[in-house]
Amino acid sequence: MTLPNGLTRRALLMKLGILFNGFIALVLAVPIVRYLLSPISREKKGAYDAWVALGNLEQFPSGQTRLATYRNPVVNPWDGDTGDIPCWVRNVDGQNFQVFAINCAHLGCPVRWFPQSSLFMCPCHGGAYYQDGSRASGPPERGLFEYHYKIDGGKLLIKASEMPTPGQTSNIVREIRQCV
Amino acid sequence: MRLIKSIGEWLDERLQIGEVIKETVEHSVPRETASWFYVFGSAAFVVFMLQIVTGIMLAFIYVPSAGEAWNSLQTLNHQVALGWFIRALHGWGSDFMVAIVLIHMVQVFLFGAYKYPRELTWIVGVFLLIVTLGMAFTGQVLRFDQDAYWGLGIGASIASRVPVIGPFIVNLMLGGPIIAGATLSRFFALHVFVVPGLLIAFVSVHLLMVIKLGINEWPMPGRVVRKATYLKEYHELTKKDGIPFVPGAVWKDLFFGGFILLSIAACALYFGPFGPSGPPDPTIIQTAPRPDFFFLWLYAVLSFLPPSMETPALLIGPVVGILALLLLPFVFGEGEKSWRRRPVAVLTILFVAVVLGTFTRLAEHTPWSPVMDAWSGIPIPSQFLHHRTALERQGALVFQVKQCHNCHSLDNQGGKRGPTLDAVAVRLTPDQLIRQVIQGGGNMPAYGKNLSPAETTALVAFLETLHPAGQSPARDAARAIALGSDTAAPASGHP
Repeated sequence: MTLPNGLTRRALLMKLGILFNGFIALVLAVPIVRYLLSPISREKKGAYDAWVALGNLEQFPSGQTRLATYRNPVVNPWDGDTGDIPCWVRNVDGQNFQVFAINCAHLGCPVRWFPQSSLFMCPCHGGAYYQDGSRASGPPERGLFEYHYKIDGGKLLIKASEMPTPGQTSNIVREIRQCV
Repeated sequence: MRLIKSIGEWLDERLQIGEVIKETVEHSVPRETASWFYVFGSAAFVVFMLQIVTGIMLAFIYVPSAGEAWNSLQTLNHQVALGWFIRALHGWGSDFMVAIVLIHMVQVFLFGAYKYPRELTWIVGVFLLIVTLGMAFTGQVLRFDQDAYWGLGIGASIASRVPVIGPFIVNLMLGGPIIAGATLSRFFALHVFVVPGLLIAFVSVHLLMVIKLGINEWPMPGRVVRKATYLKEYHELTKKDGIPFVPGAVWKDLFFGGFILLSIAACALYFGPFGPSGPPDPTIIQTAPRPDFFFLWLYAVLSFLPPSMETPALLIGPVVGILALLLLPFVFGEGEKSWRRRPVAVLTILFVAVVLGTFTRLAEHTPWSPVMDAWSGIPIPSQFLHHRTALERQGALVFQVKQCHNCHSLDNQGGKRGPTLDAVAVRLTPDQLIRQVIQGGGNMPAYGKNLSPAETTALVAFLETLHPAGQSPARDAARAIALGSDTAAPASGHP
């Protein structure tokens, strides 16, 4: 059987078959893409907004900068040690604190604190920061990332669930403080 | 023997594949292409086969879990019989594969093989290079150690700089908010399924085109490629003066492929497997992460770019580079093939090789990184302390305690981040030294808040002693006049 425009019945059925499979592929693509994008589309609530305790205030003597670690509030049971995140806590004057991310603002390497020269130094590309986290020298374009903190029941708590990167600073104090 | 023959005949009657294979292996190739210059493509293929085999063997033991991956590598290294050797083969195979792919690329570039009608072969080859580098990077992540952990952090930091969608790319890359189990799982899937799948697909197309279009003939100066006449000329070259690929040319591929496998095995045996370095515990911050060999040049570039140029260079540079490679056959699809008549091509290769080689070499020394333990671990060489006053020695102490040594070297020991200070007193006057220490600048932090006046005085007194014997320290000629003294003549040394 041939239709007026020269299309045979079988050719038409084949085209319909291709169309049908294309439609099915489209229907299946929706959940697949949704699945693949789950790290982006997941709602950042609950644990993402949690305050994480870094320890008692006595652990952070006035005028000093100490390393603290916390268990990331968003973890899977199989994350192992990677769920333990370090950060630098600076007790400015007994009242005010600064909590810096461990990650250099250049490319995320772990910065180290040198109390003698009051500098944070990065082992990767040589970024250096002053004690208040502001940029001192090297390739970083900005100061260290700083977490929001609060003091509750004699404990120091911070809001930190995401690794800070130069483009991703949702949980981070945005202002860069001047030298205190 | 007769049994094997009859089994073969039985199989081929059903498979119907013998004729195709015979045609493929005996196809005619230009006589000069049976050359040692034409062995790199097949060698890359041989190493890829080795990677597949050793990769599958590693997957028998390896656990792609953030909590267990590192331990399973320790088991492979120390408990499983010859597990270390399989790991070493896979690791060295990876380095050899990248190296051979690069050499192959240089060879086909210099031999003009990307010209008509082999443009698509070249383009697929460019994809093969990208995919091979993708395998190297994802493989480095699976060696889930400190370097892998912080390397992922570097990758995420670079990705996050993409305008607007940067943060989403980071989340997609890490599979969650931090580098953790989800990150390793997705890199495992990429390294074991996705990227090898692409690699196999691209290799198949690449090989098919080499067979269908014929191998690039040996370029002769003056034999110019023109679309109108090339196919006819090539046909004459292969049919009139050609030799069958098997056995005419294949024996060199076989020998070179075998030699490469032997070299990989020798390296694996002698140097052993790569790492793993320390466990992927981010709370161990006493680490200086470094990328694997073929990404070292990038590590160096990232430390030399001025901060303002870094993001544009990181995001635009690779796009421009890949586009240039992809457009090459379209812009230069005809013309001379011989490298003897293409000086710009030769110079380009030399330039790129020197640049990459220099950056790689620099990255092996990391002169831009502070030596984090120089202040406590590297003493000041004794010649800088002999016959010094108490104040000057006090300054030397300040130099150590305030970590100056981490960035500044004395007698070639210590950090190379800042200038070496062996002769700093010749370059800077005492006033300039004080200003530099207090205010910093020129990529040096300001120490004004961290040094007491007494410490500064002592430090500058020490720095003032750092000049070669017989060469007097720099002085401000106007100072003596300003102070009303006429002792402006140099104290010693030069007239």
